[in-house]
Amino acid sequence: MKIYIRSSACISPQKTFGNSNLLTEAVEYTKIRLRAIDPDYTAFIDPKLIRRMSHIIKMGVAAAQECLNRGNIEMPGAIITGTAYGCLEDTASFLTRIIELHEELLPPTAFIQSTHNTVAAQIALMLKCHQYNNTFVHKGISFESALLDAIMLLKENEADNILVGGTDEITDASFTILSRLGLYKRWPVSNLSLFTTSSKGTIGGEGAVFFLLTDKPSADNLAELSGVKAFYKPNDAAEIEQKIISFLAMHALQIDDIDLVITGKNGDLKNDEIYRQLSLSLFNNTALANYKHLCGEYPTSAAFALWLASNMIKKEEVPLVVIERSVKNANPKKVLIYNHYLNKYHSLMLVSAC
Amino acid sequence: MNLEVYIAGLGAITAIGNNVAQCLSAFKNEQAGMADITYLETVHRNKIPVAEVKLSNKELAAMTGVSSEISRTTLLSLIAAREALSDAAIADLSSFRTGFVSANTVGGMDKSEDFFIDFVADNSKGKLRNVFGHECGSVTEAVADQLGIKDYMTTISTACSSSANAIFYGARLIKNDILDVVIAGGTDALTKFTLNGFNTLMILDKDYCKPFDENRQGLNLGEGAGYVVLVSEKVARTLKKPLYCKLGGYNNSNDAYHQTASSPDGTGSYLAMKRALEKSGLKPSDIDYINLHGTGTSNNDSAEGTAVKRLFNPHYPPMSSTKSFTGHTLGASGGIEAVFSVLAIRHGIIYPNLRFETQMQEFPFAPEKRFLTGQTIDHVMSNSFGFGGNCTSLIFSRI
Repeated sequence: MKIYIRSSACISPQKTFGNSNLLTEAVEYTKIRLRAIDPDYTAFIDPKLIRRMSHIIKMGVAAAQECLNRGNIEMPGAIITGTAYGCLEDTASFLTRIIELHEELLPPTAFIQSTHNTVAAQIALMLKCHQYNNTFVHKGISFESALLDAIMLLKENEADNILVGGTDEITDASFTILSRLGLYKRWPVSNLSLFTTSSKGTIGGEGAVFFLLTDKPSADNLAELSGVKAFYKPNDAAEIEQKIISFLAMHALQIDDIDLVITGKNGDLKNDEIYRQLSLSLFNNTALANYKHLCGEYPTSAAFALWLASNMIKKEEVPLVVIERSVKNANPKKVLIYNHYLNKYHSLMLVSAC
Repeated sequence: MNLEVYIAGLGAITAIGNNVAQCLSAFKNEQAGMADITYLETVHRNKIPVAEVKLSNKELAAMTGVSSEISRTTLLSLIAAREALSDAAIADLSSFRTGFVSANTVGGMDKSEDFFIDFVADNSKGKLRNVFGHECGSVTEAVADQLGIKDYMTTISTACSSSANAIFYGARLIKNDILDVVIAGGTDALTKFTLNGFNTLMILDKDYCKPFDENRQGLNLGEGAGYVVLVSEKVARTLKKPLYCKLGGYNNSNDAYHQTASSPDGTGSYLAMKRALEKSGLKPSDIDYINLHGTGTSNNDSAEGTAVKRLFNPHYPPMSSTKSFTGHTLGASGGIEAVFSVLAIRHGIIYPNLRFETQMQEFPFAPEKRFLTGQTIDHVMSNSFGFGGNCTSLIFSRI
């Protein structure tokens, strides 16, 4: 069975939402915390509800609705989300109130909206969708887990037009804590020259990216999602190379068949070492592209990469701003995404022209 | 595609026992796990009863051989997951593709709460090691590392239906021939975050809860972990111990009514039960016991009861809420109650719904009050419903 990406929608720190141009005018940031550009949420959500919604809920619900609109689908067959951190803003807010108010007379709203399934639940509520509804919360492979669930549902003939998305928000508290944990650069850099100097740390980002998956071919589909695979704590570069080769072999491909590899380079020396090594070995003759200078690093950023790959294939163009090395084919038919999160969670996605 | 997925091992730790055997004996003795708060540091101590696991973090850590500084949620998970894996007694686990699919609702929140006390006062303060395991996935990862599972792991969080979803996601990984063995279930420790959260919603009973009683006053929070070991037919053939049963049906449907409240007609729960029956190929009259979600809140029991009535009227199987023993263990409840459901088939037992006195006026049925033995139990339905309208039903069947 072939799985197709029928439509997509992406809210990110770039002008990716409701924009027909594919990253032709990249937004430059000279800071290490990239905030998603908010669309006019009143176009998607009842204004009475917007006030109470945290950033991740608004982003998620709007991206999901726009994805359905673009796919011309009113009711999805299932709703599946991936989020590593969940609703951080509401969680921190409720935690803070517990401390400040000494556990007495707390308002319930932040607690109610803090559960990790809030985005998927709010989408179901908005659509009155009684179908399968799931949320994966496994760190750097939360989105990949959601994708695998969607692929299995299609293969089981349990549902069609599955809405699947990756959402994560960055908040004041999470940015402070992740900075203290050493994840980010200590001085502001331009995101557009993130890869020109090598130093420790990356830039933080956020976003909500949704896809409609179907097994029905159509000229309108963006691309085929040929495969997704995650692996955990590989021993060394050789094992990673082997995993990539066998993943391609499962789809009867070799690396020379791949027109473009999108990697998860994020500007951090340690993080990028494996990509550097692969660019000299397995990916030696392959065109390479990056994306995290555009959306920032976050655990479900692979959803941004999948959005980029499927839209590049559909539009038959590779935006200049993502190119790392010599694109042989300006009209890529087969794109491999290889990303890892903190060197622990690695994932591969294969996207092909329909 | 693999057709059948079998249950080969069980593990549980709850307020009524630190392992499966202790839980069973508490059921026989009708000993509930609720008491005044002993371990959780909170102003609600002596005011709100809870169902705590009767061990300190130090004692839990000593049982597991890991640090007592890690989240209680992880400690509980490790104990129950290890018990399940050891119960399954798979001789050569490394020759199979093995996964760990676990669920929880607030990850390492107990530690994050400690961190936040200092962090709120000064953003440069707070021990980072206390927030390092905040993510739900961190709990799963720490346990998978201890169990030596690397082939596949993931974490599901759909509020109180989380671990029921983990179990049937695990089964589907086997059916889709991605894995051969999956340890699946969930864990949640009591935290100030959840205790205060449910307290603000005013759905905590100040006495011991009375699920499905006309005069029910709310739920008691509990904590614990419960896991089943799911195996493919190929693995099942290598096992020397008899299998417990199979996972015959499952469904996840959404109520799509309100973020926290269930719809009056129980749409989500009705759909989950009905579609799980369809998946299993069974009729309502085939079900020999329903392990109810039965939290004891006015809203849940009314919605769930309405859904049961719509589906089962006029022939109601015996049913009960084991939350009258364990409290509501949130993200762990689907896993723990899956273990109890499987035991009902194995031992031919039906659990009592403690403290039940008055039948709900709106329904022509009542939960079982006594511990029944010697029953023929071929098919058990287990319900888990949660915030966000997430409703899941599992059906376990004798083989």
